[in-house]
Amino acid sequence: MTQSVKKPKVAVWKFASCDGCQLSLLDCEDELLAVTEQIEIANFPEASRAVIKGPYDLSLVEGSITTPHDAERIQMVRSVSKFVITIGACATAGGIQALRNFKDVNEFISVVYASPDYISTLDKSTPISEHIKVDFELRGCPIDKMQLVEVISAFLKGRKPNTPAHSTCIDCKRRGTVCVMVSQGKMCMGPVTHSGCGALCPSYNRGCYGCFGPKETANTSSLSSWHKKQGSDNDEILRAFRGFNAYSEPFRKESELHEKENTND
Amino acid sequence: MTEKKIIDREGLNQLIKVLLDMGFQVAGPTLRDEAIVYENIQSIKDLPEGWTDEQDGGIYRLKKRSDKALFGYVVGPHSWKKFLHPPERRLWKATLNESDFEIIPEESDPRKFAFLGVRSCELHAIAIQDKVFLEGNHKDPSYQLRRENAFFIAVHCGQAGGTCFCVSMNTGPRAESGFDLALTEVIHDNDHYFVVETGSDRGMDVIKKIPNRKAEAREVEHADSKIAEATAQMGRVLDTTNIKELLYQNLEHPQWDDIANRCLSCANCTMVCPTCFCSTVEDVTDITGDHAERWQKWDSCFTMDFSHLHGGEVRTSTKSRYRQWMTHKLASWQDQFGSSGCVGCGRCITWCPVAIDFTEEVPKICGSENSNTAVTKENEAPHENS
Ligand code: SF4
Ligand code: SF4
Ligand code: SF4
Ligand code: SF4
Repeated sequence: MTQSVKKPKVAVWKFASCDGCQLSLLDCEDELLAVTEQIEIANFPEASRAVIKGPYDLSLVEGSITTPHDAERIQMVRSVSKFVITIGACATAGGIQALRNFKDVNEFISVVYASPDYISTLDKSTPISEHIKVDFELRGCPIDKMQLVEVISAFLKGRKPNTPAHSTCIDCKRRGTVCVMVSQGKMCMGPVTHSGCGALCPSYNRGCYGCFGPKETANTSSLSSWHKKQGSDNDEILRAFRGFNAYSEPFRKESELHEKENTND
Repeated sequence: MTEKKIIDREGLNQLIKVLLDMGFQVAGPTLRDEAIVYENIQSIKDLPEGWTDEQDGGIYRLKKRSDKALFGYVVGPHSWKKFLHPPERRLWKATLNESDFEIIPEESDPRKFAFLGVRSCELHAIAIQDKVFLEGNHKDPSYQLRRENAFFIAVHCGQAGGTCFCVSMNTGPRAESGFDLALTEVIHDNDHYFVVETGSDRGMDVIKKIPNRKAEAREVEHADSKIAEATAQMGRVLDTTNIKELLYQNLEHPQWDDIANRCLSCANCTMVCPTCFCSTVEDVTDITGDHAERWQKWDSCFTMDFSHLHGGEVRTSTKSRYRQWMTHKLASWQDQFGSSGCVGCGRCITWCPVAIDFTEEVPKICGSENSNTAVTKENEAPHENS
């Protein structure tokens, strides 16, 4: 296709995160060439130090907001971006670092750091959408690289990306995996987890860990009651919901219930 | 029906070989990941010799048998739907030329399947899907090709599973039609043999190619008594008297809310159901935008997108989605296709992660104190209103 029109300018931003999701973009070896032909990567610290000035057509945001400085910086990102897509569990749900949201962060700081006074941090690790308007959220810990390519392709063509919000079970069944929950009694988060990885873990004979966060209309309490009936204790269920997406509302509420039950025991 | 024949284990092996030599891809039961699934097989060595399955709501466990039965299990997580109506299928590709958009149709599937070990309920399920895909105004040519090429070797059930209710649905355990060959496995004293019935000329031609002999009356009796045992063993029962009218009359029954509290809307039931046929299409482009593909994928009435119309989803509550599933299977299927949409295979009960069970829920909706059980005349089809 002869494309004389200007390539869209894309920036990649990092907040509190492990960089895994940005690396997914770098990991698209075959697709990356095509990506760079279609878009101008204007700001991508993980790939290049070159920075092209904004405004940007598309910003991909990785990571959660954990410091007062980041809370300001994300406002700047929004103001220089036409379209903001958050990528990964940190950006969409607060990430694993949101486990601190369930505890007193100052206690951690005093244990971990020699000079706690230098640490400026917020009480909670929060998703980007709590701070700015987000145009699209791509789930996963880490995100699935083919889904990232799909989202960028869809953005370039102005169409809706194919990232269904249904259960992981649908993918599991489509690939013909035998359900590990039914055939082996393993704990599996698949029935409440958003599709995205293609049901990877069950295909390796493990239950789903819920990396893609809650699916649409997730019935977490029914899944918990079933696992409890099958012999899982409160702690196991609590831990199952306290993963990378612990601070997403349905998982948070479910885990809090089991925490209460634990303290009542 | 022609006279019954006897083949032994080696004869069965020969049968697989003959079919392979005829160019069939032979699919049959095999052990994988703690279950008996349907995959391609090469010989009787691939069959789940000496294994059986124990099933209950939400639970499936493999167990060792005391004999060397090859078909001593019931039905597993897979159905033949995965071959005839595959879970994911590309419909076409397209490329952008200088100025034009060129559609490249998908080449037709060259595979010919021979299915070994098809149960009676499964033959009924295939006949039901035939109505969906081959009758009416919108034939699916790809299904048609696979279906017409397929060779069916039924196996009559010699035992029933914990979630089976084919007797209630009039779909088994004896396969009556729709097969090329039908086997009954008999293990008696030290004998292990198969009583073979032929159901088509093709079946007759194939059986001629393998060593066989005429069945004796005594052997046919053994076979029949096995099937009678299965009939007596049904793990579940479903009373289907006036089921359509009763379901339509009880669309607001409180039991639907009770189910909705438990249902995960995970769609496992629709995925494993051998008659569920719904699919969605996804259009994908690559990053250049010069290539596009259209894919068909199994879908389910348990997803939000399924009922997405202009302006939003129609069935937002799990209650309305579960009700769609059950009333489609047991009631509106009759209006749509002239038969029940359920063959009583029990898969939706076994493979529901939280054991929601038609045979428990239907009596609560249709026959409890809160039910409207006054069956009048023809009822109207249901309206979706929640
Ligand atoms: S293994 Fe997990 S994801 Fe797969 S069908 Fe079972 S519950 Fe769902
Ligand atoms: S509704 Fe359930 S029991 Fe009936 S055919 Fe489908 S999976 Fe089998
Ligand atoms: S029950 Fe649902 S998924 Fe199955 S055929 Fe009916 S509408 Fe489709
Ligand atoms: S009935 Fe069971 S299998 Fe079906 S959607 Fe509900 S929880 Fe999932």
